[in-house]
Amino acid sequence: MYTQGLDQAGNDKQSGVETAEQLAAFQKRVDAEEKIEAKDWMPEAYRRTLIRQISQHAHSEIIGMQPEGNWLTRAPSLKRKAILLAKVQDEAGHGLYLYSAAETLGVSRDQMVADLLSGKAKYSSIFNYPTLTWADIGAIGWLVDGAAIMNQIPLCRCSYGPYARAMVRVCKEESFHQRQGFDIMLTLCRGTAAQKAMAQDALNRWWWPSLMMFGPNDTESKHSAQSMAWKIKRFSNDELRQKFVDVTVQQAEFLGIRVPDDELSFDPESGHYTFGEIDWQEFIDVVAGNGPCNKQRLEKRQYAHNEGEWVRAAAQAYASKQAARAAA
Amino acid sequence: MSADQTLIAYTLRLADNALILAQRMIELVAAEPELEEELANANFALDYIGQARMLYSHAGELEGNGRSEDEFAFMRDEHEFRNLLLLEQPNGHFGDALVRQFLFEAFYLHLLEALIACSDQGLSEIAARAIKEVKYHNRHSAQWLVRLGDGTEFSRERVQASLDNAWRYTGEMFTGDDIDVAFQRDFDGPNLNAIRDLWKRDVERTVTEATLRLPDEQWMVSGGKQGQHSEHFGFLLAEMQYLQRSFPSATW
Repeated sequence: MYTQGLDQAGNDKQSGVETAEQLAAFQKRVDAEEKIEAKDWMPEAYRRTLIRQISQHAHSEIIGMQPEGNWLTRAPSLKRKAILLAKVQDEAGHGLYLYSAAETLGVSRDQMVADLLSGKAKYSSIFNYPTLTWADIGAIGWLVDGAAIMNQIPLCRCSYGPYARAMVRVCKEESFHQRQGFDIMLTLCRGTAAQKAMAQDALNRWWWPSLMMFGPNDTESKHSAQSMAWKIKRFSNDELRQKFVDVTVQQAEFLGIRVPDDELSFDPESGHYTFGEIDWQEFIDVVAGNGPCNKQRLEKRQYAHNEGEWVRAAAQAYASKQAARAAA
Repeated sequence: MSADQTLIAYTLRLADNALILAQRMIELVAAEPELEEELANANFALDYIGQARMLYSHAGELEGNGRSEDEFAFMRDEHEFRNLLLLEQPNGHFGDALVRQFLFEAFYLHLLEALIACSDQGLSEIAARAIKEVKYHNRHSAQWLVRLGDGTEFSRERVQASLDNAWRYTGEMFTGDDIDVAFQRDFDGPNLNAIRDLWKRDVERTVTEATLRLPDEQWMVSGGKQGQHSEHFGFLLAEMQYLQRSFPSATW
């Protein structure tokens, strides 16, 4: 899954002196599609941009476990339960690779986790919406993972090597998740009238938040131009959003459910769908902490962290004793 | 009870153990103390769901009435489930859930070992597969028990209390009833007395390494294997079965 990390406010103060020669040499490497590795020289702003983006991506994976975890105990068949659990486990694994990738840039996992728990760090706004029915699990896989894949496939070619390599593995798993989500939707749409209504209701609630996952319009996107120049980002928010709409509308038609947008129409000239305006105020509100579940998601994470404190302390104490015993 | 009925009943007990433990474990998703433990817990719970599915399918085939794994899991009532009481107990804190896992798996490992040698080929194959998973789980939970026991003063007291509280549920694992007796006799099944000795030896070794003490001999609660459950169990099933029960004719 994905975070709108690139476009979240960041305070990129440059520290130290970076000469024009250094910056030019760095840009030349990026332009030549060389991978930048952890020990290579890089501009401080590049480092900070990546730390922000990768850590927000990691946090999104961790918080994203909650809305889906919400249906684990109630999954309607053992097969679906196993698939959903495997998916949630994958998300924990993605969180782990991504924290590791961010650590190569000189920030500790403890620090990143502390920033998440204090509310300082952001995660994808999509996870601040509730999963109210089983169909939401289908919609998340189909739409949210679908949007994530659009965003993440270009990241496999990101200029920063450790991130690009982590994304190769993440993308393989995401594409499996997307197919599973679509399969849930298809089963519901071919099922009883009540199941189909459940699928339509889920599409109604998840459609617009999924479009918001691509971040603000290009004209409003603050960090995009620099990220594109550094080849962290390969396509603009609006380009990716359009691609998502083009693919997904046809899938909705196949499912026989309606995309909740009265302005949606196919433009034969451009070969693309045109669609209505996103409610950007809602997006701003959710990013600012005022979504339906922001408080709940963060509190659950804080609670788990605090409840686990004694366990981590015990593991640390045991490790210290063992080290002392080995030294004695 | 015919030999066939014994085998079905025995298989369903194993399946119910795996499913109910998995169901409790997945309640812990997104609540673990470390990210690495999220992966471990989800992974182990997946193993149990996989075992439950194989065992229910095997029971369904033996029964021959076309009952599916989901019908066993979602359409039976409380009294029809035959899992151990230990496994349905609420999770509590990390130490409580860990001790439940440790005490059960120290038993289950030896049970599976014996089941590999049983005369029912289906069960023997499932046991051979499951034992690889459970060996790994067992090592993981034993290591955690040692860390918590020999960690801080607080963690030692806390996990000792977990051990003391869970102990009363361990007797049921070794109390053989007619089904256990018949399964041992007719299918070269496990000898529960022998397993109890092995379990006691293994548990004692880890508990000692963890600087904890074994709880005193005490009264043991039982009933799960006969379908008499604790009050918690109805809520677990209500949650797990709700969609299947709300839409009885639907396919998911």
